[in-house]
Amino acid sequence: MTAWSPAAGRSALRARPTREGSLTPVSGLGLGIAVMWFSLLVLIPLAAVVAASTSGGAAAFVDSVTSAQTLAAIRLTVGTALAVTVLDVVTGTAIAWVLVRDRFPGKFLLELVIDVPFALPTIVAGLVLLSLYGPEGPLGIDVANTRPAVFLAFAFVTLPFVVRTVQPVLAELDREVEEAAASLGASRLTTFRRVILPSLAPAIAAGAALSFARGVSEYGSLVLLSGNLPFRTEVTSVRILSSIENDNTAGAAAVATVLLVISLVVTVAIDVLKRRLVRRA
Amino acid sequence: MREPRWFRITLRTVVTAYLFLLVAWPLSLVAQRTFADGVGDLVGIFEDPDVLHALRLTVVVAVVSVVLNTVFGVGVSLLLVRHRFPGRRVLDLLVDLPLAVSPIVVGLALVLVYGGRDGWFGPTLESMGLRVIYSTPGIVMATVFVALPLVVREVVPVLEEVGVEQERAAQTLGANAWQTFRRITLPSIRWAVLYGVVLSLARSLGEFGAVKVVSGNLLGQTRTATLVVEEKYLNFDKGGAYATAFLLALIAVACIVAVAALRPREGSDRT
Repeated sequence: MTAWSPAAGRSALRARPTREGSLTPVSGLGLGIAVMWFSLLVLIPLAAVVAASTSGGAAAFVDSVTSAQTLAAIRLTVGTALAVTVLDVVTGTAIAWVLVRDRFPGKFLLELVIDVPFALPTIVAGLVLLSLYGPEGPLGIDVANTRPAVFLAFAFVTLPFVVRTVQPVLAELDREVEEAAASLGASRLTTFRRVILPSLAPAIAAGAALSFARGVSEYGSLVLLSGNLPFRTEVTSVRILSSIENDNTAGAAAVATVLLVISLVVTVAIDVLKRRLVRRA
Repeated sequence: MREPRWFRITLRTVVTAYLFLLVAWPLSLVAQRTFADGVGDLVGIFEDPDVLHALRLTVVVAVVSVVLNTVFGVGVSLLLVRHRFPGRRVLDLLVDLPLAVSPIVVGLALVLVYGGRDGWFGPTLESMGLRVIYSTPGIVMATVFVALPLVVREVVPVLEEVGVEQERAAQTLGANAWQTFRRITLPSIRWAVLYGVVLSLARSLGEFGAVKVVSGNLLGQTRTATLVVEEKYLNFDKGGAYATAFLLALIAVACIVAVAALRPREGSDRT
């Protein structure tokens, strides 16, 4: 967008490298266009959500966010997302370990399977889970329209995050430190706890934050799977959508603002963890 | 391999079983159901003009979105890595935000600004003849929003790693900015850009929640492929739903296989 706009060829940069990172007229223009596009697409619309949430006054905001049905939806969403995040931390670290340290025929298939939930359309993900864990599933387990369905859907869509953040860090880890610990008499468990785990912690935390953010904001995979029953299987996103469909924009925006705050906090947390990872590496 | 054999085999088995039960088996069942009555269901969706229209719309929206996100992504990556300007940290942070926002919130946000009736800019745009919400531009915006960070996230680490020495050398030898970008920078980030493009394509073809809110889901006009899956399933046309889902899943898996095939092996350098 910057360096390769046609004007760049005619700019006066010839033969003189720019000073460390300062903006040239062309990259300055590019920055302007990028920021404008980003504002029109992301920042202004998100600001509009926050503005609409308070359009009925603070009391209306508090009322919509604390209505019994909304609170039940938020509790279910956040509670299930937290539980799934804990599951992902354990399984994700184990999967990353197998992918990095183990070697066996067919391992590349595991690599492919892990990315499926990321690329699969969410509505298809719901249908995929329904075909095994729905009323006609061959196992005879039917979780459709129950709370375990929400857990299952979250576990499916958040699968790749911890694996894909931990895997590269584990691959870079210096095995000599582990060997040194072992030669000094540390047991395997001690080595894992005192040597491996501290190095992986920022990556695990970043993956967990991504998992949690994805779980809290999930919608598509639940549409066909969870039945969206108020007080039982209705998640926050579904609650917002039904408010939109009932023309209760202020109410929808109020609950959306709560979700946005969670998204923002998680994004900042991931950024901080990412910086810590880079510094370590 | 220094871990004991029993430990490796146990963990390997548990992990494989988990992935089989959570992903592989359910996914294969969708294929099985699609072909349960032969190829009739799959042929059926290609003979349904509404489904064909939805598929065409999905492809057009995805291609436009991927092009926009690739231009934006490469440009923003260059700005973030190669330049210092006030607000750079904030931009770096905010670019990742769309991944964490619920698709329903994305849709609501766009409706509040671009809605034709009482959006912030919507009525003005509509009086100029541009309808955004309940129309294709709105679907494109929703799709671009949700896939926005994918190219940036792939390109930024590679740009950081290749450094500026070669670009400096090219400039010292008299290359202009365009030549430096095309001959030096682009070849070094081309794989990263390609992964970003494939991931964005998969995400764009499959966006559901945000599109549902902004599209109005009008049959034969703004209904996309993912909306067809929902509509067919809820209208008890399970065969059609499974066939459309199978088609979308096939594209998603093809994207993953493409990325896996292109990604350099550990330790080798493909830049």
